[in-house]
Amino acid sequence: MNKDSIFRFLLSTAALLVLLFTAGIIYALVSRSTEAFQEYGVWGFVGNAEWDPRSATEEYGALSFILGTLYTSFFALLLCIPFSLAVALFNGEYYKGKKISSAVRSIVDLLAGIPSIVYGLWGFYTLRPLVIALGVSAQGFGIFLSSVVLAIMIIPYASSLSSEFLSMVPNNLKEGAYSLGATQIEVVQYISLPSAGSGIVASYILALGRALGETMAVTMLIGNTNRIPRGLSDTGNTMASVIANQFGEADGLKLSSLIAIGLLLFIITAVINLIAKLIMKKISLI
Amino acid sequence: MKAILRLKEVSVSYTPGKNAVDKVTTDIYPNTITAIMGPSGCGKSTLLRAINRMHDLYANVQTTGEIILKGRNVLEMDPMEVRRMAGMVFQQPNPFPTMSIYDNVLAGYTLNGIRLGKNEKEEIVEQSLQSVALWDEVKDVMTKRGSFLSGGQQQRLCIARTLALKPEVLLMDEPTSALDPISTNKIEELLLQLKQQFTIIIVTHNMSQAARISDNAMFMYLGELVEHGNTTQMFTKPRNKRTEEYLTGVFG
Repeated sequence: MNKDSIFRFLLSTAALLVLLFTAGIIYALVSRSTEAFQEYGVWGFVGNAEWDPRSATEEYGALSFILGTLYTSFFALLLCIPFSLAVALFNGEYYKGKKISSAVRSIVDLLAGIPSIVYGLWGFYTLRPLVIALGVSAQGFGIFLSSVVLAIMIIPYASSLSSEFLSMVPNNLKEGAYSLGATQIEVVQYISLPSAGSGIVASYILALGRALGETMAVTMLIGNTNRIPRGLSDTGNTMASVIANQFGEADGLKLSSLIAIGLLLFIITAVINLIAKLIMKKISLI
Repeated sequence: MKAILRLKEVSVSYTPGKNAVDKVTTDIYPNTITAIMGPSGCGKSTLLRAINRMHDLYANVQTTGEIILKGRNVLEMDPMEVRRMAGMVFQQPNPFPTMSIYDNVLAGYTLNGIRLGKNEKEEIVEQSLQSVALWDEVKDVMTKRGSFLSGGQQQRLCIARTLALKPEVLLMDEPTSALDPISTNKIEELLLQLKQQFTIIIVTHNMSQAARISDNAMFMYLGELVEHGNTTQMFTKPRNKRTEEYLTGVFG
């Protein structure tokens, strides 16, 4: 065999192995969650909010955690929009190509590099007393605290991609608008944001994908209660946090139920990422 | 006849101490087409963009001198107002891709936050598209995006968008250089009609285009205005040797 074909062989093997890992993860998730799905049926499991590990009344359903995940993620997304949009406009429009913009970009990227556990600690010791002082909840823990921390965690993902899309808006369109007497804010409102619109939406969907699966910080801050949260100030559990909290002491049907939740989370994030990719693919085709 | 636009010692520099346009002084008369000619990098586009204050968009570009449009110094006016008075058409047709054809024509009003009644809108759209001879071609596809039109149609849409604001002068920066000969021809015919209502200044490096459509011609070289006069006279009997060399293709 010559060098070329050896290299080609190594490359294909490595690529194939990655495919096998993915397939292996999916297989493990599916096979080990079958017990739970057989016991309750897919919709019976997804639609049931009961999570009762006591052996006499043992019963498991994912609804509380699905809702807990959706509440925290969407509220985090909502909180993150004004900040990440501001950063995106700062970097991609108002100070595009300037030194200050690359400084801001580096600092925001730094946020993305902070380990989740550090966010958790900061949320626990700094934000939680604040949330208590504000009177949002007595313990501080809960959906609200988790969402605030999640929002900060996903700002870099939402803002860096959207500023990329904003800076891709062709200059001749902006000049065309300026030549008609538009001010900068009118150019942003009528030209830049609409032109970059679907790209910006895609960035937020990707950011949402990150929020859905975020585990460590949320586990430390959400309060870990196994029921549907009754509001923002209530405690709860997300799909990721319930797994993190309970997998160590689980076996049998409970373990299978946790793995089933893992499978559901995997499917939800995969679909979310797929949607974002499809939107971005559509933009690049124009 | 009274000049509609007077340039007095207009200089533009991108780097301090180095003038891309150097002390240009001249008058432009109403209802004429003036062609600005010259080799690449001679400052013709730079001069054109000084008139509607496009240089304000970029830091470090300095414009000095006086640009008097209808008796007022452009450099002391609100740039937004200047740009409404001096419409600009660019080299690359740039209809707004997120807007329909209809909305593109009205973009000048939308972008300036001017609200119009429905009848007023319809009237402006029809009138503007009629004046660029695009009405018959697009009147049934008004809700489609502007980017769906051909290059020549897009450029006429951009002219219509500019005309909709009823400007005093029309600044055109090589408006046909991205178009095929047939579309170019249509635009040239259009300009000859439009000069009855507007004053047109067109940058072109196409000498035969300048000869075909312009009343007056300006020849620029290395940032200086070398010669400005009647087009026929300049093409037949240029006063300056540089102009003659350029027109006869000695350089360019």
